[in-house]
Amino acid sequence: MRFEGSSTYVATADLKLAVNAAITLQRPLLIKGEPGTGKTMLAEEVAAALRLPLLQWHVKSTTKAQQGLYEYDAVSRLRDSQLGDDRVRHIGNYIVKGVLWQAFEAEEPTVILIDEIDKADIEFPNDLLRELDRMEFHVYETRETIRARHRPIVFITSNNEKELPDAFLRRCFFHYIKFPDRETMARIVDVHFPGLKQDLLKEALEVFFGLRDVPGLKKKPSTSELIDWLKLLVAEDIPPEALHSKDNKVVVPPLHGALLKNEQDVHLFERLVFMAQRNR
Amino acid sequence: MLIDFFLHLKARKLPVSTREFLTLLEALRARVGGNSIDDFYFLSRACLVKDESHYDRYDRAFGEYFKGVTEIPGLEAELPEEWLRAMAKKLLTPEEKAKLEALGWDKLMEELKKRLEEQKGRHQGGSKWIGTGGTSPFGNSGYHPEGIRIGGESAGNRTAVKVWAKREFRNLDDNVELGTRNIKIALRRLRRFAREGAAEELDLDETIRGTARNAGWLDLKMRPERHNKVKVLLFLDIGGSMDDHVRVCEEMFSAAKSEFKHLEHFYFHNCIYDFVWRDNTRRHGERLPLWDVMHRYGNDYKLVLVGDATMSPYEIVHPGGSVEYNNEEAGAVWLRRLLDAYPAAVWLNPEPERAWDYRPSIGLIREIMESRMFPLTLDGLARAMRELNK
Repeated sequence: MRFEGSSTYVATADLKLAVNAAITLQRPLLIKGEPGTGKTMLAEEVAAALRLPLLQWHVKSTTKAQQGLYEYDAVSRLRDSQLGDDRVRHIGNYIVKGVLWQAFEAEEPTVILIDEIDKADIEFPNDLLRELDRMEFHVYETRETIRARHRPIVFITSNNEKELPDAFLRRCFFHYIKFPDRETMARIVDVHFPGLKQDLLKEALEVFFGLRDVPGLKKKPSTSELIDWLKLLVAEDIPPEALHSKDNKVVVPPLHGALLKNEQDVHLFERLVFMAQRNR
Repeated sequence: MLIDFFLHLKARKLPVSTREFLTLLEALRARVGGNSIDDFYFLSRACLVKDESHYDRYDRAFGEYFKGVTEIPGLEAELPEEWLRAMAKKLLTPEEKAKLEALGWDKLMEELKKRLEEQKGRHQGGSKWIGTGGTSPFGNSGYHPEGIRIGGESAGNRTAVKVWAKREFRNLDDNVELGTRNIKIALRRLRRFAREGAAEELDLDETIRGTARNAGWLDLKMRPERHNKVKVLLFLDIGGSMDDHVRVCEEMFSAAKSEFKHLEHFYFHNCIYDFVWRDNTRRHGERLPLWDVMHRYGNDYKLVLVGDATMSPYEIVHPGGSVEYNNEEAGAVWLRRLLDAYPAAVWLNPEPERAWDYRPSIGLIREIMESRMFPLTLDGLARAMRELNK
């Protein structure tokens, strides 16, 4: 099994290598990167490219590691016991399987996405060490051990909100998706808008990278915002000339609301444009 | 194998462990990547470096180590023209060959050789590496004679030498930037969870206990969910010498605002006196007596003062010292009053720590604060939050 990128996802050489290392050695791959660089998309694309089922586990601040393995639904068992239901005699009826359990007992290898692991409590990664390392865990309620039939391919994304413990990091491969350069960006856009006019694309990328270079922006526009903006440009049928006026005057790019998501940033940008025009 | 490389990384203070090194060897044995040095670079980085802030350090260490390797004598040999020709033929599609043919092989080779020469002079190891790496000489050299793209897509030609020599991750190194996001994470250490508010979560332990007490008759117990209950009073120095620090204070403020549910902020100028204000554009119209503030917010609030504490010492110790109006009581009196009202307090100073000793007013404030003054850097913030949590 090898991942070579897909028709809808542009993977750079270093990313492909990291993914293939994780697939070959069956270790988790930890992905970090600026927001909007396709961290979550990666797991979906790998699953689609390798034709494997994808199991997603979106982590929240209240998520416990145990929930990925299984949960014992004591409350419904209690209720059933009040009603005299027969199911109550067997505890196994009240064990709810988590994402990892489903992956471990699947007939074919699976891809697991543990999304935004840093949102959870600091102990969360530590609680998963053994499960991800040995790919097995013990169910105390039913006294059975669940072992993975096929070691799943695990992708973990992090937004850097918390430091992850060293013991956890040692067991993972790590890749930082850096912001795509102009060339890679052109390829990404090409994948999303195959018919986009070359001149429009060129002007749009110019505006986009120029905007990212504006000092003091609170939130720099990301890849997904560029894609959204291009979608709008195409839908509104904006000519390339509108992005770059002929008399070399600075203009506010049309529909810039898709790129700047913060009113302070928009103000700042408009002020800069205004100043640039006055200085001419 | 590669043990020297591993030790070299360790010597360059990269936190690499034996386990990760074994993983790398395992990956090499499993032939995850190709044999080229850029594949090795990416693979070893994925195995050994687990934090993007270490990428730059890794790039440098990798460069140092492999610069030595490519300087092994014997690899210096000139690239024979036949070999270049053969390589080119192997790599080019018929169309490209035809295109090149039009240009003239000899001219092209001459050009190429010249460029390789040039490159050898300019940055070490480039041309030698082509010989050993065994990939396209054109692509690897990074030059395209007459603008013709040869062999594969440009992304594939990006060589490892270039990648680590570019040091793209320099900005990600620690302690460089203090962005809003970093500040938020530092402030997050202050979070204290406590249960208060409406009952909305099932308390399983209590339910079981209650049910057992009822001889098996179900007795559901609820409890309130946990909330972050830290309350913060933020006092910001504004104007004058603080203008140099507007950006960092703005970031600190916006991070704090989104991080704490109970955050009350006030402005002051240079030192705290009997009035503060909430909106800087209406600072002369809407003043709040400091007494009111202290009466309104209980002592469970944590006090954070942000200011450079750079002023004339008179502004602190003498009545009437304020630059703005004639204050009846000295700044130091007011500051002490505030500290008495709020035992958990810190002063964050955007001036670099090493400059503190040269400013008498900073020394004074520090004394009043009982040394609870911290620089407005990530590390300082972390220390301040620890102090507040005591």
